[in-house]
Amino acid sequence: MNAYHLKLYVTGQTPRSRGAIRNLKRLLDDVIPDSCELDIIDVLENPQLAEDDKILATPTLIKALPLPQRRIIGDLSDLDKVMLGLEIASYETIGSGGRP
Amino acid sequence: MSAYEHGNGIAKLPTGIPGFDLITLGGLPKGRTTLVAGTAGSAKTVMAAQFLAEGIRNADENGVFVTFEESPDDIRNNMIGLGWDIRRWESEGCWAFVDASLHPEHDEIVSGDFDFGALVARIEHAIGKVSARRVVMDSLGAVFTQYQDRSIVRRELFRLSSALKKIGVTAFLTSERTNENGKIARYGVEEFVADNVILLRNMLEAEKRRRTIEILKFRGTVHQKGEYPFTIIPRQGVVVIPLSAMELKQKSSTLRITSGQEELDQMCGGGFFRDSIVLVSGATGTGKTLMATKFLHAGAARDERTLFFGFEESREQLFRNAGGWGIDFESIEKKGLLQVVCDYPEIMGLEDHLLRIKQHLDEFNPNRVVVDSLSALERVSTMKGFREFIVGLTSFIKHKEIAGLFTSTTPNLMGGTSITEAHISTITDSIILLRYVELFGEMRRGLTVLKMRGSAHEKTIREFMIDSAGMHIGKPFQDVSGILSGHPSCATGGEVERLSSLFVEGGDI
Repeated sequence: MNAYHLKLYVTGQTPRSRGAIRNLKRLLDDVIPDSCELDIIDVLENPQLAEDDKILATPTLIKALPLPQRRIIGDLSDLDKVMLGLEIASYETIGSGGRP
Repeated sequence: MSAYEHGNGIAKLPTGIPGFDLITLGGLPKGRTTLVAGTAGSAKTVMAAQFLAEGIRNADENGVFVTFEESPDDIRNNMIGLGWDIRRWESEGCWAFVDASLHPEHDEIVSGDFDFGALVARIEHAIGKVSARRVVMDSLGAVFTQYQDRSIVRRELFRLSSALKKIGVTAFLTSERTNENGKIARYGVEEFVADNVILLRNMLEAEKRRRTIEILKFRGTVHQKGEYPFTIIPRQGVVVIPLSAMELKQKSSTLRITSGQEELDQMCGGGFFRDSIVLVSGATGTGKTLMATKFLHAGAARDERTLFFGFEESREQLFRNAGGWGIDFESIEKKGLLQVVCDYPEIMGLEDHLLRIKQHLDEFNPNRVVVDSLSALERVSTMKGFREFIVGLTSFIKHKEIAGLFTSTTPNLMGGTSITEAHISTITDSIILLRYVELFGEMRRGLTVLKMRGSAHEKTIREFMIDSAGMHIGKPFQDVSGILSGHPSCATGGEVERLSSLFVEGGDI
């Protein structure tokens, strides 16, 4: 498995930000136990990074590596969509011809 | 800044866009958001960029441009033709872009609820970086195409606009309309930035494009109502023509100037007023251009400068014809007393003609202006546009307190009036009619002063002749009636007697 590099942009300590962090961490613990680098960036503290990455919406999760880059916006509550974006087969579809 | 001059305490920010601050009575409501809605190609982006450009150039106010549609590079390149060097302003720290345009390669997936926290943070960051007083967002409709969930976009744009208000910047937001007379804006954008709404239109009228701007509402403050034409000039940008916002406050002079014809001066009670507008109307070949030529020659003889706009004849033709009457335009021009501007009316719209005329007036600063002829200009416009043009032109000339002579060609050889005259006769101060008079198988010419505001004038119809020395005004036509209606008839001696005796008797009763 390739090494993952994820960036999660959030706005301060809003419930939406906290929800996204919680959802993502749970998912990472469950399905990507090995090497994964995660940067959590608060746009209020680092607006220039958001500018460089052209982020509009928060939370935004960027899969920087492995390529191709992917963006998932929202509080990551829809796990299937997140796994689709990260190109991880979901629990249910592993081995049953789901998305690789 | 003349902030509290108008309205009820809502300050206005002069934008610096020519004419715009006149129709808005001072500019955009300061510290508030204004929605500018228009169809595709209605110049929203140009006006938005100009709002920032004028701020930097004239008011030392920096700006942030948030683009949802075009890339910053496209905007930088597109605006160079208008004379705005955005790249330089960026390097000088006067202008900052926030690129919120769609990047297809980002390929976003939506999972759950989101907000525009990052966008707000970026805009605030950019505002802080250049100490911006002005913010542009172009265009809100494009945000809706980036995200499927419209209710989220609407909620977030509302939040964004209140964030801008809190920062205290004056914001110029654009949005598209699907047609010129329908809803204010797509996606109901106006509902959440509804304080102030301006509409830009780009209407097709009688095969001519006509751009107009209308202030639909300014909450809590006043503005001019109705549509105003505007145009886009290379190296200058949007210029609004604030026709009816112009004030009728010019002074009126009792000084007379000569028309170049002694007899005509007498008929007018001693010449034209120095700051009056004279309309010379007649069929083709009646001597209108000759009258204009005499008018400017008389000016030059008194060291007065004349600006001549020719829309029917070329410069060479004008000079040759003047030479035929013994007037040397070339030497007058060399002395700096004459500037001749000849153009085909068709080369541009009337709004552009008007602005060019104004520019020439400002540069040459003449004592006399000739426009030959207005009817040629009428061809390139709609009726409404033409009337606005005349009002605007008259107003410019009146403000300069100089004399104007306009010619107008009537479509019929005999008698009649043209539509042109119907539109301008109330605006001009004096009207001189030149008419063909068919008498006993001969075409003769008649001249009368129909109107002379503020002065007594002769009421007769005088015969005049044109030869190599110019125009000779002779005696009144005796016993001829129906000249102006185009059906001249010669009354016999007996009838004249009978008619005059009728009036004598009438006086006795």
